[in-house]
Amino acid sequence: MNGRRTFLKGLFAFLFSGGLIEGMLNILPAGALAREAPDKGKWYGYGVSVDKCIGCGRCMDACKTENDVPREPFFFRTWVERYILRKHGATTVKTIDPAAEAPPEADFDKSILRSFFVPKLCNQCANPPCVQVCPVGATFQTDDGVVLVNVKTCIGCRYCIQACPYGARYLHPVTRTADKCTFCYHRISKGLLPACVEVCPTQARVFGDLNAQASPMSRFQRMNKIHVLKPALNTEPKVYYAGLDGEVR
Amino acid sequence: MVKFPEKIPDSLARLLVVFLALVAAGAFVVLVVIPRPMKDVRLQWADDIKREQAKPVRYAGFHVCVECHGEIYEMKKKGYHRDLSCETCHGPAKAHTEDPDKVKPVIPAQRAFCPLCHAYNPSRPRGFPQINPVVHNPLKACASCHNPHDPKPPTTPKDCSACHGEIARTKAVSHHVMLACTTCHEVPRQHKISPRSVKPSKPQTREFCGKCHAKDARDKMAKDAPRVDLSEHGEKYVCWQCHYPHSPEVEN
Repeated sequence: MNGRRTFLKGLFAFLFSGGLIEGMLNILPAGALAREAPDKGKWYGYGVSVDKCIGCGRCMDACKTENDVPREPFFFRTWVERYILRKHGATTVKTIDPAAEAPPEADFDKSILRSFFVPKLCNQCANPPCVQVCPVGATFQTDDGVVLVNVKTCIGCRYCIQACPYGARYLHPVTRTADKCTFCYHRISKGLLPACVEVCPTQARVFGDLNAQASPMSRFQRMNKIHVLKPALNTEPKVYYAGLDGEVR
Repeated sequence: MVKFPEKIPDSLARLLVVFLALVAAGAFVVLVVIPRPMKDVRLQWADDIKREQAKPVRYAGFHVCVECHGEIYEMKKKGYHRDLSCETCHGPAKAHTEDPDKVKPVIPAQRAFCPLCHAYNPSRPRGFPQINPVVHNPLKACASCHNPHDPKPPTTPKDCSACHGEIARTKAVSHHVMLACTTCHEVPRQHKISPRSVKPSKPQTREFCGKCHAKDARDKMAKDAPRVDLSEHGEKYVCWQCHYPHSPEVEN
């Protein structure tokens, strides 16, 4: 037999057997990576009015209470960043710690142009990079568009933590699995609001069904100029920002 | 015609049997022995969604409290804190709704609590009511002057600040705190009756601000005001096109 035929035979056998093993083990079913808004049923979204946030940190506290997130100030499912924009383009970003007193340094520092708070959380991307990289299919997207982590199968390899462009994931120090915002899935499936939206004193956070004709969320989208974080990555976030400064990443 | 098996050497045939047996055993293990939930992620995911939904709720939600605490709700509804959820200050109260007598939500009476929102922080939106906790009636509990369910500013806003509260509060922490609104704005009487049809005036000349801020200004209030040479500073613009007069930003 000539070499080309052997080669092609081997190649096809290799490809076929690969497909067979993949099909038998069924690691990720078709259409699991990127989803689009379904015609029927819920498709959850989240809105943040940057202008309304007062940086009180009630959301961070409520999230930790509701979801048993460790209290140390470096494990967060949601957090609030304080942006300080200076002259000549220098920008400082720091996650606020409500327990610590924030010095009102901007009073005396004349190089500061503007400063403001930006609440952050998992963007629940419709095209989530974290789902793509999970080697065991432990992180996935539900039919209503929420990205969850299956703690029973997560092996704690941290690949998803690296892959998330928004830094929304952390490794839970007790379970040793990846953990992240779930939009308070246990609450929203009972018709309640996520804990952070519930306690926000200035309505800077809005939650609702994007498929609904009339929901606080669809009104938020209609009435505001909307931005998402890092749109160039095509992750299609479902956390929408109103009044977002161009400096915010 | 040669029989097909005869073409294969005996040793190879035996090896083939072993190989086929291994393949069969492997297929048996994969298809039968390993339970389906271990192979099918969709089953694992459905399982995880159930687990996620079964997690305990700690925050009861804003609509539950009114069932028992109607009086406070009615009071809060009319005040500045109307949009606050009860649990923003009182903490998670699901346990309280299940056993009202045994579990009581917290009442944050300590002085450190209200400043979480109301301490002065330059990153907060302009006009949000803020105080300096160090100098604002030190050691006095917030609730001794302000009712948290119906907080009121120390004086009822009247005149301009009744409508323009955000400007009034911004001006109150600025260098222009001592200036009355009418120092710069002429307010026609009709503005109070029909605010949008008749509007107050704005200073239209550079000389107006110059009364205090020009090199040769002699106004008594302008003793320490920063001075500029009007003929050289900002030629063609009216002052407020660059400076925000309600909170003027200047180098000291």
